[in-house]
Amino acid sequence: MQMDWFPLWLSLEVAAGATFLSLALGLWLAWLLVNRRFTGKDVLDAVTTLPLALPPTVLGYYLLVAIGRNSWPGRAWEALTGTSLVFTWRAAVIASTLHAIPLLVKSSRAALESIDRDCERAARSLGAPEWRVFWRVSLPLARRQIGAATALAFARSLGDFGATLMIAGDIPGRTQTAAIAIFDAVESGNTRAASLLAIVISIVTAAIVFLSNRLEHRRSL
Amino acid sequence: MIRAAITKRFAPGPESAGFHLDIAFEAGRGVTVLYGPSGSGKTLTLDAIAGFVKPDSGRIMLDDRILFDAASGVNLTPQKRECGYVFQNEALFPHMTLRQNLAFGAHRLPRLERHRSIAEMLDRFRLTELAGRCPRELSGGQKQRGSIARALIARPKMVLLDEPGRGLDSVLQSELRTVIREMKASLTVPIVLVTHDVGECFELADQVLIADGGKIVHRGAPLDLLRNPGTPAVARLLGDFNVYDAEVLALDPGRQTSRIRMLEQEWNGPNLRGCFKGDRVTLCARPEELKIAAKPGDNRIRVDSARTMERAQFVRADFGNNLIVDVPREVWSERRENVWVEVPAMALRQLNRDEKPR
Repeated sequence: MQMDWFPLWLSLEVAAGATFLSLALGLWLAWLLVNRRFTGKDVLDAVTTLPLALPPTVLGYYLLVAIGRNSWPGRAWEALTGTSLVFTWRAAVIASTLHAIPLLVKSSRAALESIDRDCERAARSLGAPEWRVFWRVSLPLARRQIGAATALAFARSLGDFGATLMIAGDIPGRTQTAAIAIFDAVESGNTRAASLLAIVISIVTAAIVFLSNRLEHRRSL
Repeated sequence: MIRAAITKRFAPGPESAGFHLDIAFEAGRGVTVLYGPSGSGKTLTLDAIAGFVKPDSGRIMLDDRILFDAASGVNLTPQKRECGYVFQNEALFPHMTLRQNLAFGAHRLPRLERHRSIAEMLDRFRLTELAGRCPRELSGGQKQRGSIARALIARPKMVLLDEPGRGLDSVLQSELRTVIREMKASLTVPIVLVTHDVGECFELADQVLIADGGKIVHRGAPLDLLRNPGTPAVARLLGDFNVYDAEVLALDPGRQTSRIRMLEQEWNGPNLRGCFKGDRVTLCARPEELKIAAKPGDNRIRVDSARTMERAQFVRADFGNNLIVDVPREVWSERRENVWVEVPAMALRQLNRDEKPR
């Protein structure tokens, strides 16, 4: 039987998109939590951690409610693009993004908190606006830890199952990611396909974890 | 001119005592040294002026500009305060070369002027050869010079230096003092220097503020402070004073003299203000004003062996009982046995009682 590699490619693409989105959002949230004082900070902190603690299917259900065809974001998307958001690869990206964000926020926050405060103060005193302080000083100083966290976030997005299944479904050739394809293959007794996909995913993930550890431990500047 | 009058209170925590900063001072052109022991609130004061820490109350002005005013809710960001801050640990950006560090400071200057300024600063602080190096490839002294150059390149309206000599050896410290002296000569803006090094304090200061326990306990020109430290606490902070408790035996205001009892014998004393016979007073004298003598006489006391410390110009002999004397080296080598210490009446200065800490 011909091996179908589509789920693997889809997974990699979804994970890449989700990593990009969660990095942008995660860095912003981490910066907010480190540098700003505002009411509801504790709540924001808790909410960003929630996807880590909630069962993936619960997360998927909330997403379905939030961006489904009857919700206003779902309707707005449909009005803009003419297509539905749920049960497409885009929905899978959103699910994986949510899955990866807690990890990125927590690690980026720890990284931003660990850098030399005086360097940031010096930059501010020299008149650099906050965005310049972040891009030119904070981010470069924390880049290894944030890089390590990003690699892990990619690995995590690669493996999302529950939330993706809930919101993107299991449509072969369209929304069936590797994790879901493995489940399907086992269900239908196609152990060869399941083990092949499992091995490839494992190798990719192991390589990423290795890379992440290398980044994390070479912190000397 | 910086004018600051601020307070900030830190509640005591499980592992820390509370702290109450309540400080008021003015710092004009030249170097104002903020001197005091660790934990006296010196760095906190600088941080408040630079805008890193928000005081609870009070006001900070720079010339006519309000940087902070609790009453009207003004609190400028550090970016808007135009302050050149030199950090204790240099705080050069480790991922940039020295030139990039300076360029970061110069980013608001017009492009052509930026390059000229960077070259000028590198040259002025003897860093031109090192411009392409990262901070980790520089020595402590080079890093400190780089950090000062970066603070000055943005043309600050005030310069704050937080113990810049800390951790440098004595050669580098004296080099740094030269750098600060040059800076003082070329700048018209106020320079506030935090230190707990007495030498640095008296060598560089135009005005000295002595901080202790979150308050400014004394202020004045360096020489005035040496002549009159004011209170026993300040005398102890400045380190180089012998402090004595004495009892007034007789007063002769007409001849500006007195008789006092201290160190268990009678002495001729100076004119003592606001005292009556029988009062107890605190007096101080500087080690270089005491003398050693070979025979007994007026205002002399017999002493035993001394612990000595070799200094560049003299020997500091500590005979115990607050009798520390700086003796010229040639005198000391002739006369170590059978020594009397003479405390001239004019060397004894009256101190006010310490204020009780709030």
